[in-house]
Amino acid sequence: MQELKENNVLQPAMPASWNEDTKAHKFCPGCGHGIILKCLGEAIDELGIKGKMVFGCDIGCSLLAWDFFNVDTVQTHHGRTTPVITGMKRANPDIIGVAYMGDGGGYAIGSQHLFNAAVRGEKITIILCNNCNYGMTGGQMAPTTLPGMKTETTPYGRDVEQAGYPTKGPEMVAAVAPEGAYVARGTIANPRQLKGFIKKALQNQIDGNGISFVECLSSCPTNWRTNAKQTWEFVEKDMAQFFKVGELRTPQPKEG
Amino acid sequence: MADVSLKGEQRVFMTGNEVCAWAAVAAKADIMYGYPITPQNEIMHYWTRLAPKYGKRFLQTEDEISAGFTTLGGVISGRKAFTATAGPGNVLMQESAGMAEMMRLPIVYIIQQRGGPSTATVIYAQQETTLTTFGGNGEGHRIVYSTATHQELFDYTIKAFNAAWTYRFPTFVLGDGYQAKMREPLTIYDPEEKGIKLVKPEPLLGNTEKPDRQIQHLRNTYNTEDELYEVVMKNQRDWDKMAEEIVEWDAKGCEDAEAIIVTHGIVSRAALTAYDQLRAQGKKVGYFRPITVRPFPGKQLKDAIKGAKKLLVAESAYGQLVKLVQHEIFGSTIEIVPMLRPGVGITTEEILEEYNKL
Repeated sequence: MQELKENNVLQPAMPASWNEDTKAHKFCPGCGHGIILKCLGEAIDELGIKGKMVFGCDIGCSLLAWDFFNVDTVQTHHGRTTPVITGMKRANPDIIGVAYMGDGGGYAIGSQHLFNAAVRGEKITIILCNNCNYGMTGGQMAPTTLPGMKTETTPYGRDVEQAGYPTKGPEMVAAVAPEGAYVARGTIANPRQLKGFIKKALQNQIDGNGISFVECLSSCPTNWRTNAKQTWEFVEKDMAQFFKVGELRTPQPKEG
Repeated sequence: MADVSLKGEQRVFMTGNEVCAWAAVAAKADIMYGYPITPQNEIMHYWTRLAPKYGKRFLQTEDEISAGFTTLGGVISGRKAFTATAGPGNVLMQESAGMAEMMRLPIVYIIQQRGGPSTATVIYAQQETTLTTFGGNGEGHRIVYSTATHQELFDYTIKAFNAAWTYRFPTFVLGDGYQAKMREPLTIYDPEEKGIKLVKPEPLLGNTEKPDRQIQHLRNTYNTEDELYEVVMKNQRDWDKMAEEIVEWDAKGCEDAEAIIVTHGIVSRAALTAYDQLRAQGKKVGYFRPITVRPFPGKQLKDAIKGAKKLLVAESAYGQLVKLVQHEIFGSTIEIVPMLRPGVGITTEEILEEYNKL
């Protein structure tokens, strides 16, 4: 709820699950993580699951979320957030476990964990931030770097002959996950829709259906070296052209 | 597998891997996460057979990295979780062991050593001593019990869960391929019936029974050098304090010994028989065996070797135990005679032969 503070300035509504002590957040100005995490925070509030939540974050920029929420949090190793949350959920099925990672943590160093968690239909929620590059290590090529896109390790643009095509994570998860999966790709350019996807992904875990996976198209203006206008053009046009936004799998309604 | 129970004391005849599975049940472990690698496979074979009967759980993961980290997840959820591996799998699990050191997570690993380096042999070695005691990019804040018999595999697996949950350091049971695969008699029991108190686990995060709990943020990343210094130094102080309480060793005849045989793990059985035979011949020989190879009983070893002239250090590795010994007795002028057999077993007769050359 919005509230009027003493100086009569309207304060933006912040999710109750946010840790106010750590705001403003530590991400670079213009980074998409803040928008994704705000969507997640609002979804946690609306579902009333704060007391059951465990938020896990990876290494890379996502680790800066280690104290972002006022919920139990574990920050783990690069690519290992999926197994840690899997291990927690298997040991205590009552928790609502979220594994939060970047494209490196999910599609490169941790891809075997993502793939196998999907195949096994682990009853956890994975939220992956796709910003087409490795942010924290200084803008190297990621599995999601677009063809022709310049990064520190593809200074002349990603050559698909040499480096292959970008990973389409939701398509992969949707292809291998058993019945009960929820898979979607959202974008920070449409936070209302993104929050809806994240909320459904959490609801799917609450319902105990199967794996829930949401990829979020996000921005990295620092390493992209773009100004505000170019950043939004890249997110809304270039990324969305290659990575189609929408729901790829929804669980079938249970019989009876 | 043997049709036995943990009611009362039962004399059994089983393989070491079977012993480990029974010991985990006896220790009231809740869940095992694992990935197959020889020679520890039967631990998970037997665990998966016992699990449904005792309300336990199991997950076969996609690799050892995942096995280590899912086990950490189980521990964070407040369950007695464990895993088992060997050789190259032990290498991969060091990543999770490092996180356990930093976050003080009470994970239990059972290691049945095989040959090394790399794939090497699937049979036997003591070449994982250095890796298990100091693996990872840190100071080796961990507990390592080196077992010699099936009875010890049972006793120390139970002890490992208690030590891990008492001191919150990763804890290893360091066995080997011979122990894993051979059968020998031992007594299994319910530790609580024998008055051994089992330390109760508790959730570190996600205690769903207490939704209004104090929120916790666990991390192993630190922003500044000073911040990291404080954390590591606190862990070091806790580790030093713990070391005095949990260090274990066995020593015989060192008081008047001229030469002392130093071994660990299964090689110490050959050493003990050699010691008995030499003593029967009236030889002034001593026997010293670290049971915890981390923390190492350095003070006790220093005391033991005071009157001796030579140390015969025998191991199925090329100098991994020797390095630990040299470090612990630094300053001593005693002569160290190494008997190094990487990847092969050591018999009583071979130790006697080396002793007679001293």
